[in-house]
Amino acid sequence: MHFQVSSEDFTRAGEASSAVKKALKKLGLPPDIIRRVAIAMYEGEINMVIHAKSGEIDVVITPDYIDMTLRDNGPGIQDVELAMQAGYSTAPEEVRNLGFGAGMGLPNMKKNSDEMTIDTELGVGTTVKMKVYINTPS
Amino acid sequence: MKIKDVMEILDAELIDGQNLLDNEVHTACGSDMMSDVLAFVKDQSVLMTGLINLQVVRTAEMMDMVCIVFVRGKRPDDAIISLARDRNIALLSTEHPMFTACGKLYEAGLRGGCSPQ
Repeated sequence: MHFQVSSEDFTRAGEASSAVKKALKKLGLPPDIIRRVAIAMYEGEINMVIHAKSGEIDVVITPDYIDMTLRDNGPGIQDVELAMQAGYSTAPEEVRNLGFGAGMGLPNMKKNSDEMTIDTELGVGTTVKMKVYINTPS
Repeated sequence: MKIKDVMEILDAELIDGQNLLDNEVHTACGSDMMSDVLAFVKDQSVLMTGLINLQVVRTAEMMDMVCIVFVRGKRPDDAIISLARDRNIALLSTEHPMFTACGKLYEAGLRGGCSPQ
């Protein structure tokens, strides 16, 4: 499944995650797996809308795992280690007023996925890959 | 407890979801910070919030929540109601502030399900 994410409209953030969640439900996957994928992807989508101008998400569903690749053309992450710390956020005040930007996004994505890699370059963009195994207990 | 019990305990008005009133709720959480709901909450059924935007419904959707209670008499707009309807999430509005609303549900036996971290 492929999605284009635009940061123009914050209200639309989450549409891609919602579509994936619906698809996984249709496939009859275990609810806890679906929820982990939904949370991880939604956090990623919100990050994209907050920090990047645009981006795209590819989701691959196999019998064994779900792969999510989130690619954006944003500013990149200056210090990934710092960004991974719970509570660290560079989100603007307006985003906090919308209920986000607590600095929990990336740590929460890691928590809800079995594997996560971040590939980022300042001024170029960020690619986050996440994998959730279907048959392996987390 | 059912959604209709939550409604009664909180003297809440049903904004949408007449067909969902008999759905069971097991736990609840109260937060205006959706980031925290996504990060700390586990197996919740009811979300109490003073925040009004579409991401409240999206967050509830991702977390498999069945009911959102807007506290302090806040009311969602049509876009929020429509999204919640589509996702089978009941919407209530109570005049009580957050602390009182949480206290009333706790007193009635509902518990939080946040995992302490």
